[in-house]
Amino acid sequence: MNEHTRSFRDLSAEVFDTRTLLKNAAEQAIERRYEDTFIVDVDSHHYETEAFKEIAEYIDDPVLRHEAKFQGSSRGGITSESGSYQEIAGRITRYPERKNEIVPPKPHRDIVLMERWMDQLGVDIAVMFPTPMLNLSNCPRHEVEVGLSFAYNRWLCDTILEKEPRIKSMLYLPFHDPEACCRIIEEFGERKGVVGFMVTATHYTRNYQNPYMKMYAMLQERNMPLGFHAAFTWADQSLQLTNRFIAVHGLGFTWCNMLHMANWLVNGMPERFPKLKTIWIESGLAWIPFMMQRLDNEFMMRTSDAPLLKRKPSDYMREMFFTSQPMEMVDNRKALEVTFEMINAPTQLLYSSDYPHWDMDLPSTIYDLPFIDMQAKKNILGGNAQKLFNLEPVLSPVKQARLAARTAAGVAAE
Amino acid sequence: MPEVLVCKDGEIAEGGVRLIKVGREEIGVIRHSNKYYAYRNVCPHQGGPACEGLRMPQVVDRIGEGGILLGQTFDEDDMHIVCPWHGYEFHLADGCHVIDRNLRLKRYEVVQRGGEIFIAV
Repeated sequence: MNEHTRSFRDLSAEVFDTRTLLKNAAEQAIERRYEDTFIVDVDSHHYETEAFKEIAEYIDDPVLRHEAKFQGSSRGGITSESGSYQEIAGRITRYPERKNEIVPPKPHRDIVLMERWMDQLGVDIAVMFPTPMLNLSNCPRHEVEVGLSFAYNRWLCDTILEKEPRIKSMLYLPFHDPEACCRIIEEFGERKGVVGFMVTATHYTRNYQNPYMKMYAMLQERNMPLGFHAAFTWADQSLQLTNRFIAVHGLGFTWCNMLHMANWLVNGMPERFPKLKTIWIESGLAWIPFMMQRLDNEFMMRTSDAPLLKRKPSDYMREMFFTSQPMEMVDNRKALEVTFEMINAPTQLLYSSDYPHWDMDLPSTIYDLPFIDMQAKKNILGGNAQKLFNLEPVLSPVKQARLAARTAAGVAAE
Repeated sequence: MPEVLVCKDGEIAEGGVRLIKVGREEIGVIRHSNKYYAYRNVCPHQGGPACEGLRMPQVVDRIGEGGILLGQTFDEDDMHIVCPWHGYEFHLADGCHVIDRNLRLKRYEVVQRGGEIFIAV
């Protein structure tokens, strides 16, 4: 028996829309009943370049403001250090198509785009970071980094965080200038939606140097976590030896956090600031067992090299927080299970999507794991972040509506 | 096996895709080099809409005598379906992932008859 199709979509006639791209994610959210789980995405991004004209107006220094408005902040082409075909030369379609997405005049475009993907994925609250601005860490002019970071943080607080309670951020710290970092914590620590502060881990700096101690003390006193957000730079001397993105990204995004982690531990920061919480963002998970084993082994032979440590390095690492993405999931279930055990995942792991970037992970990467129980899944997907950031566990309007519909239909919540 | 009429031959432009809903499933019907292919629009990786991405040929490292890299090129005879979420690539011809054949898009038979295109579901 033949049936004529009554409904079809012709891709050539469609304008790019995040909700369409992610409709399969929305189906996952419905099938898995995410309305029963508070989901916090601890690492997501927007493209602040699209709002750079607005951000530039927030630059204090009139000369730098003029220069920023003239130069813009767009990424370079194929020959530039940042021209790194992250989007696999167009294969990840949301990169080139994103600019064509139609949004209403209000609220701000960034809020609309954020809420569209959050609703499709089933995310209630997202911690949002910039994208190209993470590379400010490699800007040779430190005064530019300071000026832009103040401007971006002001724009972010005024335009996004004040307006949309579902969006939070850990604010960018211009780590080359410890004194400026302190001023940023002072100015923005109480602003709505600010849940911590963040260092891009490609900062070519020594996190154990004395000028940073005041900043760590300030964060500890305010109970604000410090995040080290991984990145890569093709300007790194060793990574300059790579010629393909998979190599510079695969290595760079772990190497920079490994370096900061090693310095952080052997200089005894967890003993100097025992209540300062650190979050290690976007390096995946496979590097953590390696660091634990390697540092423990060497430490037991040369404890005099790290005399502030009262326990093994891995003991301190188990008290830190790690975001989940990009979770290494290809043919390695046993290794992943051991990793979860080694890092105390049920209390220390924080779900992150990294959306809209090319290697984003959906909540199902955690929800579908066969080796942890439902309570651990709920902790990782949102409960741990709720405690860490002291969040109100409020479901998104979409999920509230879904829950209400279920209640009306007599289907109990879990 | 029941057949579903997709369209008239030629209604999908060369290189184009039509997505049709059959029950709860969405199926992508792809026209490439005047042949038609049909796959479920769900990637086995994280569930992305695989049929909504680009079609790209296999990238080839051209290696000469003694292991010398001569450059890169495309193998236009091995077209891939590229999932737009993460870039997983599948052979257009059979829907298998280009490295791991255990990962595959669900394939549907395409029938051309009387100037019309059907898929068997």
